[in-house]
This record gives sequence, C-alpha cells and structure tokens, in this order.
Amino acid sequence: MLILGRRLPAPPAPPLALLQGLPRLPWVWAVAGLAALLGAATLGVLVGPVHIGLGTVVQALLAPIPWFGASSVDPSQASILWSLRIPRVVLGALVGGMLATAGAAYQGVFRNPLADPYLLGAAAGANLGATLAIAFAPGSSLIGVNLVPLAGFVGAALAVAGAYALGRTVTGLRNTIGLILAGVAIAAFFNAIQTYIQQAQTNNIRQVYSWILGRLVTAGWDGVLLVLPYVAISVAVILLHRRLLDALSVGDEEVTSLGISARRVRLIVVVAATLGTAAVVAIAGTIAFVGIIIPHTVRLLVGRSYRVVIPLSLLFGAAFLVLADTAARTVAAPAELPIGVITAFIGAPFFIVVMRSTRAAAL
Amino acid sequence: MTKVELRGVGIAYESEVVVSELDLTVSSGEWLALIGPNGAGKTTILRAIARLVSYQGEIQIDGKAVHNLTGRELARRVAMVMQEPHMPDGMSVSQYVLLGRSPHLTYFGKEGRTDHRVVADILERLSLDRLAARPLDHLSGGERQRAAIARALAQQAPVLLVDEPTSSLDVGRQQEVLELIDALRAEQGLTVIAAMHELTLAGQYADRLALLVGGKLVAVGAPADVLTEPAIAIHYHAHVRVLSLNGSGRAVVPVRSHLPSPPGEVVP
Repeated sequence: MLILGRRLPAPPAPPLALLQGLPRLPWVWAVAGLAALLGAATLGVLVGPVHIGLGTVVQALLAPIPWFGASSVDPSQASILWSLRIPRVVLGALVGGMLATAGAAYQGVFRNPLADPYLLGAAAGANLGATLAIAFAPGSSLIGVNLVPLAGFVGAALAVAGAYALGRTVTGLRNTIGLILAGVAIAAFFNAIQTYIQQAQTNNIRQVYSWILGRLVTAGWDGVLLVLPYVAISVAVILLHRRLLDALSVGDEEVTSLGISARRVRLIVVVAATLGTAAVVAIAGTIAFVGIIIPHTVRLLVGRSYRVVIPLSLLFGAAFLVLADTAARTVAAPAELPIGVITAFIGAPFFIVVMRSTRAAAL
Repeated sequence: MTKVELRGVGIAYESEVVVSELDLTVSSGEWLALIGPNGAGKTTILRAIARLVSYQGEIQIDGKAVHNLTGRELARRVAMVMQEPHMPDGMSVSQYVLLGRSPHLTYFGKEGRTDHRVVADILERLSLDRLAARPLDHLSGGERQRAAIARALAQQAPVLLVDEPTSSLDVGRQQEVLELIDALRAEQGLTVIAAMHELTLAGQYADRLALLVGGKLVAVGAPADVLTEPAIAIHYHAHVRVLSLNGSGRAVVPVRSHLPSPPGEVVP
C-alpha cells in the first residue's frame, strides 16, 4: 500500500485455522441432535389413544399465532394436545436433557466414566423424601405445591449436601474418591430407611414403587413450569464450565498448577447439576441410565471434549427420553410402563451396539 | 527475569518432616538442579514452590510471597512440568498445550486469538506443529515430554520447574529435551529449577547444583564443587569416578567396587 510515497507494511494476514486438532461442535451432529429431538417430539405428540393427524397438530400449534388465528381444530383435540401431549413431550425433553447433561458433568468433575447424576445420593434422597411424604402425609400440599415432589427435591438436595460435607472431611484419600465413597454411604443409609418405611407401610407400596420407577404423568403445564427454572439455570451453569471440565481431565494437582481451583469447579458444577437433577427427579421420579448412556454414546460417536459432549448430551438426552416416554405409554396401552424400564430396556442394548461398533477406547 | 528465594522452608507430610530449614536463592536466568538420593525431598521442594504442598517459612518470587498470590497469579509466574504428567487419552496435542493458557483466562473465559497464536508459536518452536492434531496417547515418550514442556511454556511464566525431565527417555531424547530447555532458557530468560537424579546430566546442564540429603541442603555450588568423589561416596553410598568435561562440566561414572567372584568359589 502506498500512502504519501511511503510503503506501509502489509497488515499480517489473519491466520485461518491457526491450530489444528481443537474440539469443535460438529455441525452435522448438532443438526442430527436437533432433528432427533424434533422427530421424537413429533412422534410423541402424534401417538396416543385418540388419533390426531399431523395436519391437526400443525394447525393447533399455529393457532396461538395471530395471523393463523382462525383454526378449525376440534376443541377436544386441541385440549388433548395442549393440556396432555405437548406438555408431556416438553417435560420429557427437559427431564432427559437435564439428566444427560448432569451425567456428563458428573463424569467430568469426578473423572469417572461410571459417574451418573445419582452418584452422590440424589436418587436415594429423592426416593426417601417422596416415600416419607406418600406414607405419612398422603395428598397434602405446602403453599399450593404437592408435597411429594417437594419432599423428593428436598431429599435429593439434602443427600448430596450430606455426601459433600462428609466427603470433604475424609483426608488421606484423593478428593474425588472421598466424595464418591461418602455418596455410596449416604445412598445406602437413605435406601435402608426408605425400604424400611416402604415395608412398614404396605398399603402405599404400589404408589411408592411407581414413583421410584419414574413417570411423566402430567396434566397441564404445572410440571414443566416447576422444573423449567432449575433446568435452565443448571444447564446454563454446566455449559459455561465446558472448558474447565476439559481442564480437570489432567487431574487435580496439574489443574491447580494451571491456576484453576479443582475444588471450586467441582463444587459449583455439583451444586448446579444437583439442583437440576433434584428438580426433574422430584417431578419425574428416579429415571435410570439416561445420565450414563447418553453422554457415553455421544463420546463414542463424536469425541471426548466436554465442549462437544455437554451440548450434544443435552440434545440427545432430550430426544431419547421423549422417545422412551412415547414407548412407555404405547407398548402396553392402555396400561403405562414405568419409563425407567424403557430407558434401560432400549438404552442398554443400544449402548452395547454403539460400543461394539466404535472404538471402545474412547471411554 | 525472575529470582526465586526460599527462606527457612520446612515441609512435612502428616507428621513426617520431608524438608527442613532450607535456604536457597535462585538467580534470574539461572539453571539450578536439585540433586540428591531418592527421598531427599527434591520433588517436594518443587511442589512447594508451585504451592501444591503447604510449607512453613517463606518462598518468594521476585520479592512477592508465594502464599499471597492467587492461583492464577502464581501460575502466570511459575510453570511446572511434572515427572509423569497426566495426559488424558483422546485429547489432542494442541488442546493439551492450550490448557497452559488457563492462567491468562478468567473463570468462564474462552481462549482467544492471542492464546491460539501463542500456542501455535510454541508448537512450531518445539517441532510439535505437525503433531498438533494427534491424540496424546499416540505420542512417543520424547514427544510426550515435549508436549508437557509446551504446555508449561504456554503459561508464559518466567520460572520453569521441571521434575526429572529425563526419566524414561533414551539417551538421545534425554539430550534433546535438556538442550531444548537450555535453549528456551536462553531465548526467554527463564529461571529453571529442575529435580535431576542423573548426576552426569545435572553436572553438564545446570549452572549450580543443590545437593539435598534427607531434606537438608548439604552442598550448593558449581558442578565442580558439588560433584566430588568423596561427597558422592558419603551421600549416595556409591563408588564413582568424576570426570571433568567441557571445562566446568562434570560426568559421574559408577565404578564397580569389587570384582565378582568366579563361580564356585566361596568368599570367606
């Protein structure tokens, strides 16, 4: 470039792809995840005892939008869609996405592939809380909220807080091992109490059992509105920790030498994941396997960086649970199977197929 | 250019005293090797400077007490290469080296152009650029050691702590890694503190040696002053010859003290 006769140095060319081998969210898989979620949701809305066609669903979805206002959808069909099927699909997506994201986060902070959202006793605590409420205060509510989910939420939160406090006091063990053992102890203790109450109160055993196996029974949007804020905050916090979860994979000591406090990261991520897990467990029961199978499937297919694993677990976890729930309410219709049975029954063989067909070393 | 000072440093694990009453000053741009028999406390001292163990006494970096710095501030001044760095399977070399930029990022921060530029330059300098996308578990021993050094360099800290940089490397890779550290020290004015058990290598690469025995400093000085046959006999219980190399350099050669008895012969 010539300005007033002086040649200025050319600006340095912006380097393209300066560093190779950095993890990037693969667009193909992100689109595939969105498509899977959309497909599962469509199926979930269409399938049910009352036949409702795709056209009707589209019309019903467009009805609240002003320009498409004049809808010819039968009010009873619209009511089924808006107060039963759509909220159930949305709840399923929230629960599945939350459990898979929390599972991935737990695996990251504990550097343990077997970690799941219930590692520190969240499930045992929720089960105990809900069992206590069902056994001793059936049908009661507190400030307008049904007591069972509230007790489940408090139980899960207390169990994890207890495990964390206990694990922190264990010295001489690696920090994460102390926490995991504390979680095992708390879960065993809570399970013992829960089983005792369940056996002592046999008239409630069916209700307790069905709660433990998990279900997405919902009428209207109450469940969705209850869990939404917790899931939103929890997922947002975990997403913000993607880089730090990758950093933790070099171990507590080395990450400390890089100026990152492993303890602080672990505490914040565990609190966030527990908050979301406790909320969805309180509404949907302790649905198993989603938190393990989904993150591992994503890892096997796409790679191990949490920058990729966390967002894709969110999408595929949501799609998977919506699909599992659709199966749960149709396989033995009109009866409904517990969703935990379906997640394990579909999830485990699917996981084995993925594991066998890819590099198992990726775990 | 940065000076490291230890004054009256004592370190204990549980109730066992590992290092006691240690006074040591490492000048700016100097290579100091910590030598001594196994269990002398060499690694522990490095870990204390990086504040990975608690200690009594005072450790200062350019006059600033280490215990007053935040984790990030310390990591911008001191980088450590562990003896056996943990290298997560599946992580690429560039992603691993980019972790070294952590002290320059905020808690929720994301690496930017500058960080990528710094890492790209380091990878090129350490001849790792062609391996940037390779998973760590596919690297050879020498390449892994270079990747670990690259991550420490990415911290752009003036003090480099290195724990047994040559263990598990063959003689060619040992020279390569030590020449690299020495060249980087000259180029970037690094202060290097290395725990070394290979006396011959320590005696040629380090400016000064600090000989530790049982957590106490017994000698400090130039290789020619510290690596003497009587000192090694006393502190290592070893029979050696010390050879003079390249002027001030020293090589330590183990010598078998007794000839083996012929088979069948009974030694009284």
